[in-house]
Amino acid sequence: MNYLMRRLATFPLVLLGVSILVFVAIRMVPGDSITAMLGTEAGLLTPAQRDSLAAYFGTDQPWFVQYWRWIGGILHGNLGISVTYGRPVLDVILERFPLTLELAVLSMVIALAAGMPAGIYAATHNEKLSDLGVRIAAMIGQSTPSFVLGLLIIYTLSAGFGVLPAMGEFAPLWQDPLRNLSQLILPAITLGFAFAASVTRISRSAMLDVLSDDYVRTARSKGASARSVIWRHALPNALIPVVTLSGIEFGYLLGGAVIVEQIYALPGLGRMVLDAIQQRDYALVQGSVLFIALNFMIVNLLVDLAYVALDPRIRLGES
Amino acid sequence: MRILRAIFGHSSGRIGGVIVGVYITVAMLAMLGLTPHNPITQYRVDRLHAPNGVYWMGTDLFGRDVASRLMAGIGQSFTVAFFSVAFAALAGTVLGLAAAWLGRRWDGAVMRIMDVLLAFPAILLALLIVTVAGPGTWTSVVAIGIVYTPIFTRVVRGPALSLKAREFVDAARTFGSSSGYIVTRHLLLNLVAPLTVQVTLALAWSLLTEAGLSFLGLGTQPPAASLGLMLSDSRNLMETAPWLMIFPGLTIMISILGFNLLGDALRDILDPKMRRAPA
Repeated sequence: MNYLMRRLATFPLVLLGVSILVFVAIRMVPGDSITAMLGTEAGLLTPAQRDSLAAYFGTDQPWFVQYWRWIGGILHGNLGISVTYGRPVLDVILERFPLTLELAVLSMVIALAAGMPAGIYAATHNEKLSDLGVRIAAMIGQSTPSFVLGLLIIYTLSAGFGVLPAMGEFAPLWQDPLRNLSQLILPAITLGFAFAASVTRISRSAMLDVLSDDYVRTARSKGASARSVIWRHALPNALIPVVTLSGIEFGYLLGGAVIVEQIYALPGLGRMVLDAIQQRDYALVQGSVLFIALNFMIVNLLVDLAYVALDPRIRLGES
Repeated sequence: MRILRAIFGHSSGRIGGVIVGVYITVAMLAMLGLTPHNPITQYRVDRLHAPNGVYWMGTDLFGRDVASRLMAGIGQSFTVAFFSVAFAALAGTVLGLAAAWLGRRWDGAVMRIMDVLLAFPAILLALLIVTVAGPGTWTSVVAIGIVYTPIFTRVVRGPALSLKAREFVDAARTFGSSSGYIVTRHLLLNLVAPLTVQVTLALAWSLLTEAGLSFLGLGTQPPAASLGLMLSDSRNLMETAPWLMIFPGLTIMISILGFNLLGDALRDILDPKMRRAPA
């Protein structure tokens, strides 16, 4: 409990750092947001119109006033107004987030469902030909960038089977689950592939480690079946590194998968931030980066708490 | 030389070493201008030629030789990867050693700053930096370098803290060794092994990030060749000219594979504790 409190106490500090960093960084991008928003039409604005737009979005104030207002707003749950969308930043983020969350969950499910059995299988067949096969596949998987795999999948589908991945208007899960799944399955496989390879490698090595532990030898010598040794005795302890890896990877995926979203034309968080940076949509960049950082920190904290649940020997915060 | 022999005695080290060696050779040839054709010359009559005897890997939409552009792209990617990892390793080592040695407030301050950087997804942080500074080779170097600095800081700080508490450091202190001597001689030299492994793996991530940035159009700028950009440009021509996608895709993949294999081998060789369970 104490540990949880101390960890939570570092959150505001880190978030403050993130907020300053992103606030300063986005203001160093050359060009102003009103010109970026209106494009060539910006030339038609009278100085008075431009001033009133700047006043509306608050960009006419000195930077420290802008920062102060922004932080003050956040404390009241107001992340500001997006210049490109003309709507509250939080609404825009929350509209994009379900897709990103769903994609992250699907990728993790694929990675765990494929990676853990493969890793356990390889560990229990150590140094056999099948183990070598799994290791080679995992190594190749881990070295395949998502954008290479994504393009290869699209190419194979279109050249080999004459089909294209389901694109077009994105269907939210609760409106049209089937269409939604057909749109997300390929991106999820694309992201889950390298992820599955990492899971395979880490579960294999964790399992090998545990299988040579004394307590597993004890279990074997008292006559426990091979199945029971693997599933009841070894697996729970071998899970710890797998949880860490998947947790961190999941945390990163919650920040949006810019490139895969781009390839499959998905309206996720990653592409939104990329566009916002290029549009100099200050409020949207600031708000979404803060949102992503907070998610990442929460996921990391949950991963640490999961250690304790999996291994009562670990006492957090005492090292 | 002992390390080279060890790498070549290790099965994945052998494969990784050969791959990395071939890529470095190709990168150097490209930087010396020794490509079969000029990578940016447009042979307009030969646009979108399939691979043949003259253009080994075909030509692109502008009639540029894909093989030559791949070579130039490898040169480009490797330059960015090497310099950005050198940046990250240097900055991370200095920060990690400073945090561990100076302790207290310094440690707290350095590690909180690293927490802030780590709270950003890598590609987003790189994107932000590149947008601020404007795309280009050296911007990519700095952006990728900053993104991976926290990882090196952590890799150095942890072991440095435990080394600092060891008897031989106390002994060196009682002999009157200066802090600078202890930090470089006793801490840094003992960290060479984990750092070597980390550098090799970081080269793989860095190649990946560079390709990702240029895929998004935020890395190397046209008409210069870069692997990510070639891949991105291939998207609209996938069906008519699949070679435009397949060659850069495989080139990126195999380069990352090479560094991953080499990194794994180095970890097995340099870290005896890991030998029991080579992953």
